Amino acid sequence: MHATVSNDVPSAERTAEAARNAKDTRDDRIFGWVLKACALLVLLALVGAAGSTLWLGWDAFHTFGFGFLTSATWDPSNDQYGALVPIMGTVGTAFIALLFAVPVSFGIALFLTEIAPQWLRGPVSSAIELLAGIPSIIYGMWGLFIFAPFVAEHVKPWLMNNFSADPPDGQVSWLVQHVPWIARFFSSEYPFFGAGVFTAGLVLAVMIIPFISSVMREVFQTVPTRLKESAYALGSSTWEVVWDIVVPYTRTAVIGGIFLGLGRALGETMAVAFVLGNTFKFSWSFLETGSSIASTIANQFGEAQGLQRSSLMAIAFLLFVVTFIVLLIARLMLRRLKTKEGK
Amino acid sequence: MSTSLYTRRRVKNIVAMTLSMLATAIGLLFLAWILWETLSQGLAGLKPQLFTKITAYREEGGLANAMVGSLILNVLGILIATPIGVAAGTWLAEYSLRSKLGPTIRFLNDILLSAPSIVLGLFVYTIVVLPSKYLTDGEVTFSGIAGGIALALIALPVIVRTTDEMLRLVPGTLREAALSLGVPQWKLTMQILVRSARSGIVTGILLALARISGETAPLLFTAFGNNFMTFNPLDKMPSLPQVIYEYTKDPSPDINVLAWAGAFVLTMFVLALSLIARFAFRSKVSHD
Repeated sequence: MHATVSNDVPSAERTAEAARNAKDTRDDRIFGWVLKACALLVLLALVGAAGSTLWLGWDAFHTFGFGFLTSATWDPSNDQYGALVPIMGTVGTAFIALLFAVPVSFGIALFLTEIAPQWLRGPVSSAIELLAGIPSIIYGMWGLFIFAPFVAEHVKPWLMNNFSADPPDGQVSWLVQHVPWIARFFSSEYPFFGAGVFTAGLVLAVMIIPFISSVMREVFQTVPTRLKESAYALGSSTWEVVWDIVVPYTRTAVIGGIFLGLGRALGETMAVAFVLGNTFKFSWSFLETGSSIASTIANQFGEAQGLQRSSLMAIAFLLFVVTFIVLLIARLMLRRLKTKEGK
Repeated sequence: MSTSLYTRRRVKNIVAMTLSMLATAIGLLFLAWILWETLSQGLAGLKPQLFTKITAYREEGGLANAMVGSLILNVLGILIATPIGVAAGTWLAEYSLRSKLGPTIRFLNDILLSAPSIVLGLFVYTIVVLPSKYLTDGEVTFSGIAGGIALALIALPVIVRTTDEMLRLVPGTLREAALSLGVPQWKLTMQILVRSARSGIVTGILLALARISGETAPLLFTAFGNNFMTFNPLDKMPSLPQVIYEYTKDPSPDINVLAWAGAFVLTMFVLALSLIARFAFRSKVSHD
């Protein structure tokens, strides 16, 4: 612009233009700063959440020391707190959730990318994604009123008959007699009570299936068609193409998707709060009731004071750090595929 | 020999395909099961008093105050999150190109997207609810404002991400054309880019609204809940998901019926919102 301005332009006009340019530059800079400040709020939210829970949980960490992580006592009446039971509950439910959600999600992704006829893919994937839209409190209700009684009536007695040392039908199975340790994971004082780690894990599995399967479906679609066609041309079956071509090609992203689901499962509160039972007795059994970090906070924080409140903040900090690491790994692995694609 | 290998491969393939179809059927079955229970149990409890009476009257009451409270909390959340989210997304898409900070923030935003909402609730508790005692006479007060801020924290990453993605879809020629006419960058951003990405950004806001409408955990220690009709955001505020939570825990079956009815209303609202967001604007937005 300046190049076209000749010398005979009146100087008043030139100063006006210079002033306007200066104003634009200044406005641009302020605008950029404001936007950047807003973006930094994202960073601040994460640092703040970690910092505030650590700050208020410091008292508990300081009082109980390292034993906070290994003690199974959670006793508000004597003001003694240990995080082992909530940690075990969180890990146990997330483990069960992945155990069921990963194969099912894999099957769904396989169905949607390789098997289903074109016209069916849209509706089915929309329906699965609809599962992700249902609020978690609804999963919790359904879990408490419908699914837990279902488990109590049909699933848990069967599991106990086959895998526990004191089955409801009185006959200890061959498996329990010959495989050590197995009975430990399947014992329960109340064979016909549905709540527990197992039930909560299953509800979580249903919740995270849409997330894992949609990531898997997306990454399966990134496999170059040439690669698959070559394998088919050599006479491979659909399964062989998937298992030997698609899965190795997308491995890191698939694991990333699984970690994303794990991140969700670890931090989920409402779906678990109803069906876990909220007991603080240590047990190895998946069929026993328990509590998770998130459900403990949801149930106790309202009335908690002093050291109990601090202990709740401390386990919140642990939860946040663990989910942060899990999600970090998930995102890094998902990103690796994008680099591979050249995006 | 080769026939048996061939047969084995074929059987393996058929088994795998069947299992895959079975997995899909299981997924769809659970969706149908949950929706069916919510619909049938919810419809049974759907009475006019649900929308006219408040929760204070228990069995004879309704959920009117919870619905109003939810509406206020959601509007607060969206009003706080939208300007910040759109600004942050714009910075990521338009300004962060040459800085290392940009990819980092984008990455952290993705993590915030799946961070446990209960921890975010506790964060807002410590920065809004606890300090409230300095403003009042030493009393810690839960409030609608705190609930709105907690919901805003959950809506924020959704809005940031969609804004960022939508702005990056705007063709670069548009930017070049505007800049070559001497338009300052802020004007270009506000009046041309954000406007042309508008429908995508609105989709993001609707998705964020759908997301926060069902959130319960962060409201427990911020808005806290209340059995009365309140329009004052400085007061404790009831919300639909939280009343569902309380009423589900209640031992009385009559109260459970109200919880189902609330669940029905909430699910319909959330699903309608996400359907509108997905189909009305016909744009591709991923929201994992």
